[in-house]
Amino acid sequence: METLIEFFSFEYPNIKYVVFGTILLSISSAVVGCFTFIKKKSLVGDVVSHAVLPGICISFLASGSKDPFLLIIGAFVSGWISIVVMDAITRNTKIKEDAATGLALSVFFGIGILLMTYIQHSGNASQSGLDTFLFGKAAALIGVDLLAFSIIAVIVLVVVFLFYKEFKLISFDPQFAKVIGLPIRRLEIILTSVTVLAVVTGIQAVGVVLMAAMLITPAAAARFWTNRLSKMLIIASVFGAFSGISGAFISYSTPSMPTGPWMVMVLSIIALFSFFFAPGKGIVINQWRRFKIQRQLLEENLLKTFFKIGESNNDYFREIETNDIGLARTFSTGQLTKGLRKLNANGYVEKVGNAWRLSKEGHDKGKRITRLHRLWELYLTKYLRIAPDHVHEDADTIEHVITPELESRLEQLLNYPTADPHDSTIPSRN
Amino acid sequence: MIHHVENPALEIHDLTVSYDKKPVLWGVDLTIPNGALCGIIGPNGAGKSTLIKSIMDLIPLNSGYVKIFDKELDEIRKKISYVPQRESVDWDFPASVLDVVMMGRYSQLGLFKRLRKADRDAALSALEMVGMEKYAKRQIAQLSGGQQQRVFLARALTQNPEIYFLDEPFAGVDAATEKAIIQILKNLSEEGKTIIAVHHDLQSVETYFNWVIMLNLRLVASGPTSEVFTPQFLEETYGGKLTLLSEVGELVKERGFHAREKQ
Repeated sequence: METLIEFFSFEYPNIKYVVFGTILLSISSAVVGCFTFIKKKSLVGDVVSHAVLPGICISFLASGSKDPFLLIIGAFVSGWISIVVMDAITRNTKIKEDAATGLALSVFFGIGILLMTYIQHSGNASQSGLDTFLFGKAAALIGVDLLAFSIIAVIVLVVVFLFYKEFKLISFDPQFAKVIGLPIRRLEIILTSVTVLAVVTGIQAVGVVLMAAMLITPAAAARFWTNRLSKMLIIASVFGAFSGISGAFISYSTPSMPTGPWMVMVLSIIALFSFFFAPGKGIVINQWRRFKIQRQLLEENLLKTFFKIGESNNDYFREIETNDIGLARTFSTGQLTKGLRKLNANGYVEKVGNAWRLSKEGHDKGKRITRLHRLWELYLTKYLRIAPDHVHEDADTIEHVITPELESRLEQLLNYPTADPHDSTIPSRN
Repeated sequence: MIHHVENPALEIHDLTVSYDKKPVLWGVDLTIPNGALCGIIGPNGAGKSTLIKSIMDLIPLNSGYVKIFDKELDEIRKKISYVPQRESVDWDFPASVLDVVMMGRYSQLGLFKRLRKADRDAALSALEMVGMEKYAKRQIAQLSGGQQQRVFLARALTQNPEIYFLDEPFAGVDAATEKAIIQILKNLSEEGKTIIAVHHDLQSVETYFNWVIMLNLRLVASGPTSEVFTPQFLEETYGGKLTLLSEVGELVKERGFHAREKQ
């Protein structure tokens, strides 16, 4: 707790800078990543992040300094070249996009490692620290580096803000964009450039290898929470910023912990959480919904069975043994025990010794389901001209779906019927 | 038979187009009158969509030119609307129906400008025209094929163009949607707009269109429906394929020739 307060009071200026820097970098990667994600170009980020390495090395070899602006220029150029190479391969040869991606990534990264190794063994004293680009070092985000990378992150964000509507259209329907006269080639070049820039700045924090996660994970997680691109950008940014703060905090509170990898860890946890729990799309939520439907079906089917047994005996509130319910309609033993227990708990049936008896509410509910079942059977035979012996199965499902409003309309349409196609009485509404 | 007109809405002159280096349209030369409701028909692989796409400059031409209202495409883009094939986009894209329809307004807005209230109004009234106003907020992935097609048509309507190009607007849509769409197109045509649509169903050609372009790798006929939609031209369009023509096309591709010699 103390560490937490100490951290967020930003007593040490260095912490402030590092946090500020990581947040800015994360947001710019997250925003750009949304576009690579919806354009289904997720792997492009991975290629570019690996392909900037030779650029950084060549830039260093040529200038002999670690001036961040020079390194960024080198990184930017070689990142761009990798994209051009990838496009050229797919367009002019029989090699498909996946193979071209793999080729570009490994060849550029290979050259990068080669140059890096050469520099490390060249005895150049100023080379130390260049390898931070491999694995990233957010804690090094101070002074002139911080300034350089922040400027670029801001440029990236401003460009996306200005071209939001155009980027959206070329991502969704490039042909239409071209026909209405948008300069799509130039827009693609701008979008690619900000992608490369976001990667170049991001690797400062997390390194070449983890960079793809910074681009894609916030977007993928955000996609679970919204169906609108504008909201997706905001949510992805929040996820990115949160991962930046968390990463910085974890590495601050535990000295041996690196910032970058923790940022990626936090993002991954957010993505996993979204995957399981996001409303509408999350797996757990969907399973839960399915489970609830199953339970509703079981309960309503049981009540309907109670009602029908009562109907045939002309006594709805007689005691019924569990076995007799199983005889009237097939339930598994497990279903019977579980369903009856639940109905009992909800007050729809009462337990009397070894037998069960409907309560008033249980009777009403069973009656309504039976009624809907028969109304639907009648509707199917009358309006869909389905033979009376073919309508039961369908009605068994639909009876659980029909709302009171639909029930009224159905009734009206069928002119308040009293008997279903099998001449069973349609119970009246209460 | 190729029926030429004076002051055409669309003029295609000596157009040859290759796809993947194989010529798929040979020497198409035609004119369409202003206000026509025109169907492009022909068998699968006849080059119907290719024709639309080359008019829209989405595919490079080997030879020839296209003029719309006697102007180059670039001079007149704001008067043109294009409805691509429904399958050409990913409907899982994170956007609402209204988002997509408002894309039709981008060309009037220009770069950097944000969407205005008026654009929203235009989109909503276009949605109303296609009977989709209730779905404005709906995520596009939740639409049926027919509804997706209506959304695309609504997007085109917001542009208020003089000429519409529709690529298979009736493909995979329900009967109600087809009826609704053709009614809208007929209304537009009565207002004097020109409409050119790729069409598949021969049964409905005569009731839908007053002008027909019949294609099968080359132009078979172009003219008023009553004159060219005849058994003779149908036989020529759908009957025996011109096997010689497609074989020569294959050869051009194999040997790496250009469909037209560079000058």
